[in-house]
Amino acid sequence: MAFLEIDSLRKRFGSLEILKGIDLTLDKGGFLVLVGPSGCGKSTLLNTIAGLETISSGEIRIDGDVINDLHPSKRDIAMVFQSYALYPNMTVAQNMAFGMEMRGVPKQERDKAVAEVAKTLQIEHLLKRRPSQLSGGQRQRVAMGRALVRQPRVFLFDEPLSNLDAKLRVDMRVEIKRLHSQTGTTIVYVTHDQIEAMTLATRIAVLKDGELQQVGSPYEVYNSPANLFVADFMGSPSMNLIEAKIARTNGAASIVLERPGAEPIVMPAPVSADATKLRDGGAVIFGIRPEAVSDPESADRNSKHIATFPCRVDLVEPAGSDTFVVTTIAGKEVTARMRADADVRPGQNVSFAFNLDKAVLFDPASTQRI
Amino acid sequence: MTAAADLITATPRRERARHSLTTRVVIYGLLIFFAFVYLIPLVVMVMTSLKPLDEVTGGNMFALPHELTFAPWIDAWGKARIGVSETTGIAGYFWNSIKMVVPAVIISTLLGALNGYVLTKWRFPGHKLVFGMMLFACFIPFQSVIIPMAVILGWFGQFGNTLSDLTGFSFGFGNPTVNLVFVHTVYGLGFTTLFFRNYYEAFPTELVKAAQIDGASFFQIFRRILLPNSAPIIIVTVIYQFTNIWNDFLFGSTFAAGDSSPMTVALNNIVNTSTGIVEYNVNMAAAIIAAAPTLFVYIVGGRYFVRGLMAGAVKG
Amino acid sequence: MTVSGVAPIARTATRRPRALRGYLQGVLPKLVLAPSFILVLIFVYGFNLWTLFLSFTNSKAFATTNIVGFLNYKRLWDWTFETDPPSSWYTAIVNMGLFGGLYVVFCLFLGLTLAILLDQKIRGEGILRPIYLYPLALSFIVTGTAWKLFLDPRIGLEKAVHDWGWTSFHFDWVVNPSMMIYCVAIAGVWQTSGFVMAMFLAGLRGVDGEIIKAAQIDGASTFATYRRIIIPIMRPVFFSAIIILTHMAIKSYDLVLSVTGKNPGGAAELPSTFMYSYTFTRNQMAVGSTSAVIMLMTIAAIMVPCLYSELREKGR
Repeated sequence: MAFLEIDSLRKRFGSLEILKGIDLTLDKGGFLVLVGPSGCGKSTLLNTIAGLETISSGEIRIDGDVINDLHPSKRDIAMVFQSYALYPNMTVAQNMAFGMEMRGVPKQERDKAVAEVAKTLQIEHLLKRRPSQLSGGQRQRVAMGRALVRQPRVFLFDEPLSNLDAKLRVDMRVEIKRLHSQTGTTIVYVTHDQIEAMTLATRIAVLKDGELQQVGSPYEVYNSPANLFVADFMGSPSMNLIEAKIARTNGAASIVLERPGAEPIVMPAPVSADATKLRDGGAVIFGIRPEAVSDPESADRNSKHIATFPCRVDLVEPAGSDTFVVTTIAGKEVTARMRADADVRPGQNVSFAFNLDKAVLFDPASTQRI
Repeated sequence: MTAAADLITATPRRERARHSLTTRVVIYGLLIFFAFVYLIPLVVMVMTSLKPLDEVTGGNMFALPHELTFAPWIDAWGKARIGVSETTGIAGYFWNSIKMVVPAVIISTLLGALNGYVLTKWRFPGHKLVFGMMLFACFIPFQSVIIPMAVILGWFGQFGNTLSDLTGFSFGFGNPTVNLVFVHTVYGLGFTTLFFRNYYEAFPTELVKAAQIDGASFFQIFRRILLPNSAPIIIVTVIYQFTNIWNDFLFGSTFAAGDSSPMTVALNNIVNTSTGIVEYNVNMAAAIIAAAPTLFVYIVGGRYFVRGLMAGAVKG
Repeated sequence: MTVSGVAPIARTATRRPRALRGYLQGVLPKLVLAPSFILVLIFVYGFNLWTLFLSFTNSKAFATTNIVGFLNYKRLWDWTFETDPPSSWYTAIVNMGLFGGLYVVFCLFLGLTLAILLDQKIRGEGILRPIYLYPLALSFIVTGTAWKLFLDPRIGLEKAVHDWGWTSFHFDWVVNPSMMIYCVAIAGVWQTSGFVMAMFLAGLRGVDGEIIKAAQIDGASTFATYRRIIIPIMRPVFFSAIIILTHMAIKSYDLVLSVTGKNPGGAAELPSTFMYSYTFTRNQMAVGSTSAVIMLMTIAAIMVPCLYSELREKGR
């Protein structure tokens, strides 16, 4: 039995359905990241777990206990808010101790718990300050400290890093990751940043319009996206999605990518696709991540299927560590990731190596992966 | 890009301040002229109150007192003629006003704060309608409620008499001060609710959520989280209510009579007394005493008052 | 879309009666709001309806329930055209137009002028602003008392100017029945224009600085920037000011009494004094109620279009 279980959870505001039957589980010590574009319902989902919003139907269990109808304070959860929500009239120490104070924990114990957590987070020197005297990163730490001090069964994070500047965000991301691996806490984390999702999660749930698109490990979600939405949403730069046709010859399926003014690209169907579903002449969407398209020299040597074709270069974007090269196939811009020192110029014809081990096919009608 | 932006920020700011000398002289001249216009009535009041009566009637009102006297102030406070016969001074009426203002301000501010809290942080279907309806209380002319109020307060008085006969104590029913506290509380609710609602509207709801998760109850959240962070709006509301209630004349003259009148009514009676000679100096001393509490409050907290009033008025 | 700030816990808790505390926490907000809301319902809405009802009766010294239809309205309608000799209602309406118009227009004009002057990066703004604003702290009774003295020809302005040598100077409006109402307007403008200045100043300061920079880069002069950009942006402030000023003009009662000295001969009659004297001294409560209803309707007639146009603007 999983530690956190959500069964067919629905949430309606009047006639508007925000969450359309969510089923999710998370094991103890797991790190679940809810990710999706804004308005997808991820924050609402988090709030229902916290008890800050009621649910219309369904069930939420923590460690086997149904907590649907419990007041937020009775659910044994802690939450870190986007704005940190530190009480401006209290010192850092008072902020951290407030929850225990409300539960009637004696002062001595409160002080002890606060001191311990402050030590872990290295915020001891801030304890007597007020939130207005702290920097963004310090506030973030205090907000986490307030959650930690409670030792709850589940931690909830609502876009906790989105108010920090880029560099601090990366630092705090590492910090949260370290904290999780040290303390082994169970975390549900909401973000719209797919890099945060990939780096932090043990499990990612991708939401769109109140529906779960895919739940799985970061590896699964990244490499085997369940549908076009997930494929497009996860990863930066995003996956190349190209319209293609299937050609069957002698029982072997191959993919044809039309190119106006040039020979079509024909290559064997990716191994990830269910070959029985590929009809001759059928339309598919061919998906391949930029890092799986490269110059032949830097192509993955362990890959069993690499197809190399010359393509005309439209645009070159040097990014320091890599160079992104853009070409057009089947009317779509296709981005390839090449070596930083790859000598390519717009207008040239360059060999592009497609790593078909990493390619996926989607059904254009249902948008699902084949 | 950045340089261009800097350029834009730098120049027009100084441009705006850099009027020609003539323009600046005209601007300052106008501002100082108006400052005089606004100050003169107060200056004349103060000077008149410090002159003996013959100097007021015989001399120039702009002239400084030849013979400085505080007798008008002492008379105004302790001996002035209020109405036709009494010569009690305004002391008693001053305290009447204090006894009316203090409870009315405290009660209406507290209720306004609670209302604002509920209307922003504990919303329920129809909260907008409820707020809209309460807001209307700010805009009615009091003339349109004064007759029913007089009738109701009459009933309260009778009820107080009955209670008094039965128990020997009227529990405040029929007491003019209690009546005025009640009336001012009721008709102040619209404003106090408006002020606090607008303030709490901008108060981060995440703080309330965090407090809920921390296990704080409805009143604990109010007392521990919202109230300690409400100092600016409390100052505004208290000053606004204090000024309005202290300065009220219509309710005071309608619902309280004789010895129980508030300060404004007593002042009006002194000034417009029809017997004897007009003691301008005493009148002015009484007027300044009547204005002193609100002026004091304004001088102490005026900055917050205006700032907050803007927030309420411009948004509302 | 605004989603309710905090979940109403009551809804989930009612399904489980054992969670009594949760249930209480759920209804508590409404329980806290209820007393204020009920007070407003009764004492604002109920009383307005009551006054409306009274205007259809023949109540004299006491409220009765004898319905006489629109008789009282017809009387006021007839009085509106009774100009020779003028009925007190006719005088009240004419004075209302004069006083209200002058009061609103001059408050807006002075307020805006002072605000724009103060907005020119003035040194000493911190001293000037409170000077313009302090009259707001004074009650209308004190204001009236001060201006009555100041304008009194026997000891005030006229005498002072005579003392200075300009003996032909003549200014007796405050004791001249046909000019009294202008003195009321002067005193009113003095009392309130500082507040309007503060509103406009807040509005001016709220205008996005980048818009002004853009206008200046487009080559607009300071004057053109104000006229074409800033003042139009401050439309909502104008609406707020107009609503507040008309509301104050229509209900103001004490100012007239104190400036004119209890309104001798009814020369400075306003609807508010008309309402009061008919209700409480002439024992014509029904007529008083009718005039109160008309006052309420007038305020509504000015407020509703302003609010409507504001809300429509925001809705866009």
